[in-house]
Amino acid sequence: MPGRRPRLNLVNLFLWGLGGTIIALALIGSFLTIQQGRLSIEQWQSLIVAGIALGSVYALIALGYTLVYGILFMINFAHGEVFMWGAFTAFFTASGLANAGILESSPVLAFGLTLLSAMITSMVVAILLERIAYRPLRGAPRLVPLITAIGASLFLQYTARGFYGSGVRAYPNFGLFGGDIQLGPLNVPVEDAVVIVSAVTIMLALYVFINRTRTGRAMRAVSEDKDVAAMMGINVDRIIVTTFAIGGLLAGAAGILYTLLFNQVHFFMGFLPGIKAFTAAVLGGIGNVIGAALGGMTLGVLEALGPNLFLTGYGIPAPNQLKDVIAFTVLVLVLIFRPSGFLGRKEST
Amino acid sequence: MQKYTRWSAILVVLMLVLAACQSDGGGDGSEAPGESADASQPAESMGTGSAADCDADEFGCIEIAEGDPIVIGTALVITGANESLGLDSQWGVEVGASLRPNIADHPVEFDFQDDGCSAEGGTAAARALVSAEGIAAVIGTSCSSAGVPAAEITSAEGILMVSPSNTAPSLTAEDTHEPFYARTAHNDEIQGAAMAQYVCEVLSLSTAATIDDGSPYADQLANVFAREFESQCGGTVTAEEAVSVGQTDFSGVLENIAADGPEILYFPIFVAEGALVTQQAKDTPGLDDTVLAGADGYFTPDWLEAAGDAAEGHILSGPDLAFAGDFYEAEFLPAYQEISGEDSTISVFHAHSYDAYNMVADAIEAVAFTEGGTTYIPRTALRDAFFSISGHEGITGTLTCDATGDCADAKISVSQVTDGAFERIWPEE
Repeated sequence: MPGRRPRLNLVNLFLWGLGGTIIALALIGSFLTIQQGRLSIEQWQSLIVAGIALGSVYALIALGYTLVYGILFMINFAHGEVFMWGAFTAFFTASGLANAGILESSPVLAFGLTLLSAMITSMVVAILLERIAYRPLRGAPRLVPLITAIGASLFLQYTARGFYGSGVRAYPNFGLFGGDIQLGPLNVPVEDAVVIVSAVTIMLALYVFINRTRTGRAMRAVSEDKDVAAMMGINVDRIIVTTFAIGGLLAGAAGILYTLLFNQVHFFMGFLPGIKAFTAAVLGGIGNVIGAALGGMTLGVLEALGPNLFLTGYGIPAPNQLKDVIAFTVLVLVLIFRPSGFLGRKEST
Repeated sequence: MQKYTRWSAILVVLMLVLAACQSDGGGDGSEAPGESADASQPAESMGTGSAADCDADEFGCIEIAEGDPIVIGTALVITGANESLGLDSQWGVEVGASLRPNIADHPVEFDFQDDGCSAEGGTAAARALVSAEGIAAVIGTSCSSAGVPAAEITSAEGILMVSPSNTAPSLTAEDTHEPFYARTAHNDEIQGAAMAQYVCEVLSLSTAATIDDGSPYADQLANVFAREFESQCGGTVTAEEAVSVGQTDFSGVLENIAADGPEILYFPIFVAEGALVTQQAKDTPGLDDTVLAGADGYFTPDWLEAAGDAAEGHILSGPDLAFAGDFYEAEFLPAYQEISGEDSTISVFHAHSYDAYNMVADAIEAVAFTEGGTTYIPRTALRDAFFSISGHEGITGTLTCDATGDCADAKISVSQVTDGAFERIWPEE
């Protein structure tokens, strides 16, 4: 391992002991569960597919976190709310289209319009966020933008509550995504397949954009060294706005894909996916685009499999109530054993 | 820097002074036990009493000056995913006030609070009502999760609280009930048993599974159903699972339950989670032949809309709305429609809240007395009068309160979703 050797003091020993115990418990639990054999192979497969689908959504949101961190070295805690605003505003687009009858006559067009409205709304919210909440604090110590982000998050949540009400709204059914398809031995629900394929396509597009275009190169330059990039003639402010805009587009798309899986929107819906996507970004290495994508998928699968795999072996009653515990335990383990994430760069602090 | 330090110090001191003035008993207290000594003639419809009663009463009297309104507080879930439950009950109370606008010769005013269908919300609502001072009684809460802390807070201040829709057994159980708490909704011991009876006798099923969401209502109702199902017809409960409020992905729970293939899945949870479980259960391969059932937690059109086509054929237990007599159809419903602006009722506890209002009004009129123009309502006497109500003819039936606060004339029915609407199917009318 490059870098300093971790010190062998009491705190570190305790943390490693804790982490080691958690991992050991998980492995033993999995072994016991598989021995019990309650769930069939098809059921495990179905859980894994559902996990990958939800993980793709987390990955898209995590990309927003990671891009912003790469450039500004701040965690944009309000990103979950950017996701929520896209999904919630598109609900009104979808309802409007449903009322106008366009949903029945051309569902694909309706879906496309809904997706577009979500992505544009999220992009606008992200750009406004950058302009109003973060740009004035460019030179401030790191804690200040962090607290501002939390404040912005609350502001966005309760503004949505004010505009859209506190109730839960259900998306109208597009009628495009019912049923299952056979992919070899796997029986995959169409929803899950659409979500996974869309997310992967968007992530590939992002990868190509960052690595093959001029703006992408500029983004990479700014994230490497802002001052030198400015000296080379890159308009740093514009690149930062572009980064937030791309993060917003991704979050908007994630919002629509999320509502394909769970068709309810609520003003508080961005909170938990936001935190989990942040966990995913940390898991993969914050600042690393591929890391965010892989981290999201991994977290999704761990969440879907976790309660059933790790906990039913111990005979714990109602293990699925502890779903979120699994997700955040993963965060704790990552921070104990590999704080820079799996693909993260070691910061030279 | 010094200037700022000085000003901030002054500001902090000012804030402390303001906070001190807000605390209990500060400012104008409208509870003044034993103030006037003259005993004047009590009004005809009211109880007899005197200043000595206020002195003797542990919590003193509520004082209402001549011409001032009697304030009744409500703590119902009027925002959020379950708002239909609270709004429906609130409108039931407002219908009560429209048909009976005066209690003890005073007009009635309401202090509407939101119980948020959670412990935090119930605590906040109860504290708001307690600190408002002069609240005669509270009609609330909607959800049992809010009811548990709210009952404790209001009982500590001697404020009578009557719930139109709390159904968790623990709220009126011998060892956990609060002295100033009562309800006009059924106790879930009865609902769980009725549902088990339906499953055993009408559906004749032998295996069941339950899902609850950790709230007192869902947890206890699922438990009662499971125990009754086992004892009534020897059924097997294959799984008793739980999820969290706010959870959206239930594939893990459903796959786990599908592994044992129960014949019926009973998940008495609330609207948001209930709709998602309904949809995801339809997509879970192992649950194709399983009957899906719920309870009054999501017995509302909001759930029908959220669940969509997946709700078809779903079974729900809840209070029986097939009320005897004409009053419900002829007078209550038109008044409800006028006050609410809705074409039909949006949940199932409006009649219970109407009955609660009238019972509270009866109890107030039984103990309130007027001296020198001011009406006094002794708090403990009000509680005793309410708890001794027997044979009250309300919409929901004939209500009699027992020692621990159960007043309901409990009748449970089972409905099914047919063509996107609720249809009552059992017991036969």
